[in-house]
Amino acid sequence: MMNNQRRSFLRNSMAGSLVAVSVASGLLTPSRVLAAWPKAAFDSKDAKQAMKGLLGSEGFEETNKIKLRTPDIAENGSVVPVTVKTKITGVESISIFAMENARPLAISADMSAKARPVLATRIKLGKTSKVIAVVRANGKLYGATKTVKVTLGGCGG
Amino acid sequence: MAKKKLKVRASGKKGYAVIKAILFHPMETGLRKSKETGEVIPAHYIQEVSVKHKDAEVIKVNMGIAVSKNPYLSVEIDGAVKGDPISISWLDNLGEQASTDVTVS
Repeated sequence: MMNNQRRSFLRNSMAGSLVAVSVASGLLTPSRVLAAWPKAAFDSKDAKQAMKGLLGSEGFEETNKIKLRTPDIAENGSVVPVTVKTKITGVESISIFAMENARPLAISADMSAKARPVLATRIKLGKTSKVIAVVRANGKLYGATKTVKVTLGGCGG
Repeated sequence: MAKKKLKVRASGKKGYAVIKAILFHPMETGLRKSKETGEVIPAHYIQEVSVKHKDAEVIKVNMGIAVSKNPYLSVEIDGAVKGDPISISWLDNLGEQASTDVTVS
């Protein structure tokens, strides 16, 4: 079973203001608005704002319980493998931010109780950047930071 | 024939399953300019990916433009055993979508 309460909580807290803006601007069709894709957070150019919009706070506790695996040097910034793994229990979401990107929020996964707290993907980095993994668990935010050196940018340029 | 939109493999471990997926998609950021015309290439990227185990959504992934072309995704589901149905679907910013069903092997 999905955790329905949390679902609706997330939806209400994030989508409320967003829906109004989107409808007013006439940019989105109603069906798109209902989907809970956090547009404001993904469109934000400021990492702190994105974090706040998505997770409710811009502060997180650095912890060594999160394993953030990235290459130290990425030759090709358009494909940078990132793996996030954590021992924290009760994980609600895992998000990855690339601090120097034009849009810092790269990916965010909402986890139900049945999901193991692991997320692996590949992201683009415009240039050498801090990569931050933020884990939301039991209403608290935990994070781990790593710097990835990029020798060739991945965002056009 | 339309190009395959996603490739999924679900392998069962002790008490859980590892789901690996490649979603075939250009993941155009909307920030790039075409080399020939100098015009901005419009954004075209996957926004939502849903991972379902026995018809119940277990993980919902929201993606932004910073995810690489042909996104790779690996997640793990507790309690998924051999033979269980896993379904992965994606939806992009232009409303295109695709899904695939596999069984845990």
